[in-house]
Amino acid sequence: MADDLKELKIELSKNGIFTTTLEELYNWGRKNSVWPLTFGLACCAIEMIATTMARYDLARFGAEVFRPSPRQADLIIVSGTVTKKMAPQVVRLYNQMPEPKYVIAMGACAISGGPFRDGYNVLKGIDRYIPVDVHIPGCPPRPEALIHAFMTLQKKIDQQALTGESRPRHLHADLPSEFPVPAYGDHGLEPPANPDVFPARADNPLKVLQ
Amino acid sequence: MIGNPGHPWLTVVALLVGAVAFGFAPLALAWLWARFYSPQKPGREKNSTYECGLESKGDAWIQFGASYYLYAIVFLVFDVEAVFLLPFAAAFTALSLGACLAMLVFLLLLVEGLVWACQKGVLTWA
Repeated sequence: MADDLKELKIELSKNGIFTTTLEELYNWGRKNSVWPLTFGLACCAIEMIATTMARYDLARFGAEVFRPSPRQADLIIVSGTVTKKMAPQVVRLYNQMPEPKYVIAMGACAISGGPFRDGYNVLKGIDRYIPVDVHIPGCPPRPEALIHAFMTLQKKIDQQALTGESRPRHLHADLPSEFPVPAYGDHGLEPPANPDVFPARADNPLKVLQ
Repeated sequence: MIGNPGHPWLTVVALLVGAVAFGFAPLALAWLWARFYSPQKPGREKNSTYECGLESKGDAWIQFGASYYLYAIVFLVFDVEAVFLLPFAAAFTALSLGACLAMLVFLLLLVEGLVWACQKGVLTWA
């Protein structure tokens, strides 16, 4: 929105007139009704469950409806160690979610492999295969951390544009909706990372590591 | 109806049209919104039937062991029969002879099943 329009809006609100745009209204509705997928991988999932219960109460943010089917979910919380055997299933579930969809990588394992990083069967971060919106470090992160990540995601959703070149990926009709699912080969997962979401960099020596 | 020269049912028709529009307007708006702001993106995995992350293997048309018929009989005798027995007992004095006979035939069939299950030793355990 242009600056003079913003000023006009503030001026109007000072005089008791509330104005909004379709985009703001849409994003306001979206960010307050994010439905996560019922999906837990390891100990972080216990913290995720605690977040939804009465003490921390994720329902305050409109995200208490954990859906048992990816078809109805907006958010996948990758909560825990992603083994190489589990990674294809995570990507497949993400592919089956309808757009717009979001990912929170919860805990040290989900963002980097964590204490099991050197294990032969542990994926070094789920961001190698799917685009992660919010990373939460911690082992495990406390429910407050998950709530903070959720609020960060809400801010991100609130700022997404519906039109223009900066609109999010799912609004580009020509971009595919599915991300390639890695296959379990002789030496770990093939390919080791999806170059579209995990770009190979010269200063990133980890890019070739499984 | 004072001041309404039309048909006496005109108000009902107007309300009916309003009610249908109230239901269809959000659907139409959602359809329009999806048309402009939600491009269709089907894919092989998105359109697949199974949705727990794993790829489905094999055929769903498999054979079940015929030995499960005993469980079916015991389920009919102790579960389905009880559901029918309660209304039967409640309406017993008001039933006609035909209805009573039909119910007794049903009971007889299930009692046969009970005897059969008893003879097979299903009802003895531990």
